[in-house]
Amino acid sequence: MKPFDYQRAHSLADASGRMGDAASIIAGGTNLLDLMKIQVMTPSRVIDISRLSGMDRIEPHGDGLRIGALVTNTTLATDARIRAGWPVLSRAILAGASAQIRNKATTGGNLLQRTRCPYFYDTAMACNKRAPGTGCSAQGGSGRMLALFGTSDDCLAAHPSDMAVGLAVLGAEVEIRASSGDTRTLPVTQLYTLPGNRPDIETGLEKGDIITAVILPAPRIGTRQTYRKVRDRASYAFALVSVAAVLKMDGDTIAEAALAFGGVAPRPWTDAAVNGLLTGKRPEPATFERAAAHLVPDTAPHPETAFKRPLLRRTLIATLREASGLAGQVDTARNAPSGAPQ
Amino acid sequence: MTEIFRMNEAQPRLLDETRQGLVGKPLDRPEGPKKVSGRARYAAEGLPEDAAHGVLVRATIAQGRVTGFGHDAIRDIPGVITLITDDRLLRNPAQGMAGAAPCQPGSQVFYHGQPIALVVADSPETARDAAHRLPVSYDAGTAITDPATKSAQHSGEPETSGDFNAAFADCDVTVDATYTTDAQVAAAMEPHAAIADWQGDNLTLRGSLQMLRFNRDELADSLGIDPAQVRILSPYIGGGFGSKLGIGPEAVAAAIAAREIGRPVRVVMSRQTVFDAVLRRTETTQRVRFGATGDGRIRAISHDDLVSNAAGEEFFEPVSQASQFLYGAEGLSFTQTVATISRTPSGSVRAPGEAVGMLAFECAVDELAEALNLCPVDLRLRNIPDTHPMTGQAYSAHGLADCLRRGAEQFGWAERGAPGARVEGDWRIGMGVSSAARKSMLVQSAARVRLLGDRAVVETDMTDIGTGTYAILGQIAGEMLGLPISSVEVILGDTDLPGASGSGGSFGANSAGSATFLAAKKIRATIADKLGCDPAELHLQDGIARGGNVERPLADLVDGEIVQEAVVAAGDTSKSHLSSGFGAHFAEVAVNQWTGETRVRRMLGVMAMGRILNEKTARSQALGGMIWGIGAALTEAVEHDPRTGHIVTRDLANYHVPAHADVPGDMKVVFLEERDDMGNPIQTKGIGELGISGAGAAVLNAIAHATGARVRNFPALPDRVVAAMEAAGV
Ligand SMILES: Cc1cc2nc3c(=O)[nH]c(=O)nc-3n(C[C@H](O)[C@H](O)[C@H](O)COP(=O)(O)OP(=O)(O)OC[C@H]3O[C@@H](n4cnc5c(N)ncnc54)[C@H](O)[C@@H]3O)c2cc1C
Repeated sequence: MKPFDYQRAHSLADASGRMGDAASIIAGGTNLLDLMKIQVMTPSRVIDISRLSGMDRIEPHGDGLRIGALVTNTTLATDARIRAGWPVLSRAILAGASAQIRNKATTGGNLLQRTRCPYFYDTAMACNKRAPGTGCSAQGGSGRMLALFGTSDDCLAAHPSDMAVGLAVLGAEVEIRASSGDTRTLPVTQLYTLPGNRPDIETGLEKGDIITAVILPAPRIGTRQTYRKVRDRASYAFALVSVAAVLKMDGDTIAEAALAFGGVAPRPWTDAAVNGLLTGKRPEPATFERAAAHLVPDTAPHPETAFKRPLLRRTLIATLREASGLAGQVDTARNAPSGAPQ
Repeated sequence: MTEIFRMNEAQPRLLDETRQGLVGKPLDRPEGPKKVSGRARYAAEGLPEDAAHGVLVRATIAQGRVTGFGHDAIRDIPGVITLITDDRLLRNPAQGMAGAAPCQPGSQVFYHGQPIALVVADSPETARDAAHRLPVSYDAGTAITDPATKSAQHSGEPETSGDFNAAFADCDVTVDATYTTDAQVAAAMEPHAAIADWQGDNLTLRGSLQMLRFNRDELADSLGIDPAQVRILSPYIGGGFGSKLGIGPEAVAAAIAAREIGRPVRVVMSRQTVFDAVLRRTETTQRVRFGATGDGRIRAISHDDLVSNAAGEEFFEPVSQASQFLYGAEGLSFTQTVATISRTPSGSVRAPGEAVGMLAFECAVDELAEALNLCPVDLRLRNIPDTHPMTGQAYSAHGLADCLRRGAEQFGWAERGAPGARVEGDWRIGMGVSSAARKSMLVQSAARVRLLGDRAVVETDMTDIGTGTYAILGQIAGEMLGLPISSVEVILGDTDLPGASGSGGSFGANSAGSATFLAAKKIRATIADKLGCDPAELHLQDGIARGGNVERPLADLVDGEIVQEAVVAAGDTSKSHLSSGFGAHFAEVAVNQWTGETRVRRMLGVMAMGRILNEKTARSQALGGMIWGIGAALTEAVEHDPRTGHIVTRDLANYHVPAHADVPGDMKVVFLEERDDMGNPIQTKGIGELGISGAGAAVLNAIAHATGARVRNFPALPDRVVAAMEAAGV
């Protein structure tokens, strides 16, 4: 590990003031410290904001909620208001990482966690995101965790956050404090930039910007919300593909539909046209197939993500079946079939 | 020298006669409280005060030569002590029981990730930083990293019995299927670590190693010193699964560095280095062919495999090991092809051979059952041979049929129904079965038992890799000497003690247990002598000796101590008989028809594996094996970069051992009562690896039953299940 200076910020202004070229904010540390140990991130100064007061609260904000950037993933996912009004967010968070990590992880840190592309993680390999201009080892490499949408020749990486997908489908906004002290907001979907030829730039944040909160709009009353994450084991793995769905039924038609997708792009992926294809339609296989056909790209940017095309189509359909009640309820961990001796 | 007891004939079942009642009991592991309270000292713990820290530097080319190190670039980093580049550094750990140094490649590079140097510093962080920053120059060659490359492959002679081709050609019903398994790693919780400390010319190494008797010779040979100068301590091991069988790069590097700087040196592999430089389980491609008569009698069996290893390694995953004796046929044929490639070398990982071989073989048995329209349990029952189909050997104890029948009944197999028939919402439900088999062995092993009146001490360099050796050796000694378990102390993991088999190949309990038993048996003879009775009439219980109408407290009979040592080794019975654990695994799965996700809903393993020494530790082993079976079937896959061959999944976030949610709450293990008279003097069989052998195949067969589609590339990741369903049109 490269030696670094640890500084505890006394206030947001103090934290901003300390941000320089080689400085990093540390919140829960669950991503930053891992990356520092393997020297993928090598800040010479680490500014701890985790003790700043007031940033760990969930407060009413109009009809919605304002979630402080230091609210832990566990607190957020288990908050009774969230579970009642924005359940897809709770589900998305609980689908990520492990209980221990969620206890430390923060709302701000989760949004800004780095990609899990294995070449980003390996300093022996070229990576335009980690070391701009060196090339992209994922091209021609191993690619199971790479993206399907929004990639460029210079970078194929996906953003790994589940929480961000839950926030995106809800139309949440990120509150950002600039070093000047000014505060602005950005929709979560616009927080992230696509890699283009600068994969090292991942968000619209400027130097000294600190995420102070996430703002949830009013709850979507009467909607069915679900988060479906498909991964290589039942828990504690990043998404191959995930789908967040908020559906409002009016009799037997879909009155409103909002979808967001994870594991497939450098940001939570949304496609307004797909939402449009569902709105006003009956929840039936042909409707779902049409939406899926529109969403899924014709080709994959990397041969090893080709499987994500059918998987995304199928996961979208499975999620819509679940959200519209077509799939029924099944407990997969259920015990022995009736009649079998124990 | 203590005379070697050779297992030349069946021995009396003395442990069924003794009265202390310890053997078989589900006793807690005596070292458990130390482990959970942090007092058990693992290899990297208990650092000497003046110790320095070493971090291994890896090669970042797949093939070629190191031409130089930019030592100057790190020399001035505060805290850096030295850079060790030494021709004695190891390319990879020794294979199990090698007893000699593994490859010492000098400047030659055989795989990306190979340790090529050690940076030594005052702190682990500094050493890591410097190792990371050290410039290395190479003369890179062209590497073959893909085992499918024909020019890298070499096929061995087929092992045959009868005429497979003729029998196969003549069969009404045949199966010819090719399967693949991805490479796996042991993923032990404790990373490989060593602390080397020299006293003059003598080296003490604290390591995390499974087979100390061999490891001492390997370390001495690697360093070019006499084994008598080496002492290895490895009292606690945080999981091995084969990955700590042989001396490793961390130990040799620590020893060289400690000698050079005149201070103790600790080397702990990072998790990534464990993936890079510890022996993995090879990927495999397996072709299985079965031919049978229409009524389900198997006539032809062939199981050919392709595995890989690095140049110079002599271990090749014995993929078809169990396939050669599970079912009878007129013609059998087994051919292994080895690809010599530039990937992390391969070696023994829990149940080498069976763990992956039975995935393919037992799936093919089910494919045959489908082709015959026969119940998979019935097909297996119909084809259990009377003698080893290749060698004609008798089986020492053969519980397969009983395990299949008992398991089928207990699991509710009769309710299985037709493939693809059971649906719950979007989930398809299926049941699968597999036979289990794992060869049982006896390896030379010595133990010393001291009886000190009302207590006893067992001493051997045997290891406990978390499996319960401390518990069972204490139980055997206490049982034989009539002492409560609290009065028996077991001391392990020190090469100054009598040399044992070590922990590997499931032979530890058979071997070290038998040596302990035989040493205690000698003490019993001494006691009988003192009592003036025939040893056969001697009864020892709760510290009291009875025999020939005399009853005396043991403490009164022992003046100081009675010390006996025994050495056991395989003998004639290992040639006349095949000793193997047998079992049957059953699994029920739910497969999502859209996403291909598979959830195991319940599992049952019925196992006949000789005398059970400790019901609790045996069950834990069996369960652990079955859980790994779930991993092999569903989640565990090493990914290699197609260009450099290096392992891309280099940490436990990306190499997926089953998480709790992958393991059903309903996991049951049933042991059938059995004595293996031909295996060893205590009638046990190896148990550590039977649980994994075949377990994954039961899960995979359940997927095929649930969906009506066959996945042949393992693990059955969601996309592979989707692809199989789409190919089958379901
Ligand atoms: C083994 C493992 C498995 C995981 N699995 C999942 C998973 O399945 N799904 C998932 O979504 N996540 C997963 N995670 C990631 C986890 O969610 C993140 O590590 C966590 O959310 C990061 O939060 P943190 O507070 O610890 O961030 P930190 O590590 O403290 O910071 C992360 C980054 O954000 C910056 N930062 C933090 N707070 C602010 C702020 N307020 N303003 C500006 N910059 C800030 C830091 O400078 C740093 O660059 C996993 C992590 C691990 C280790």
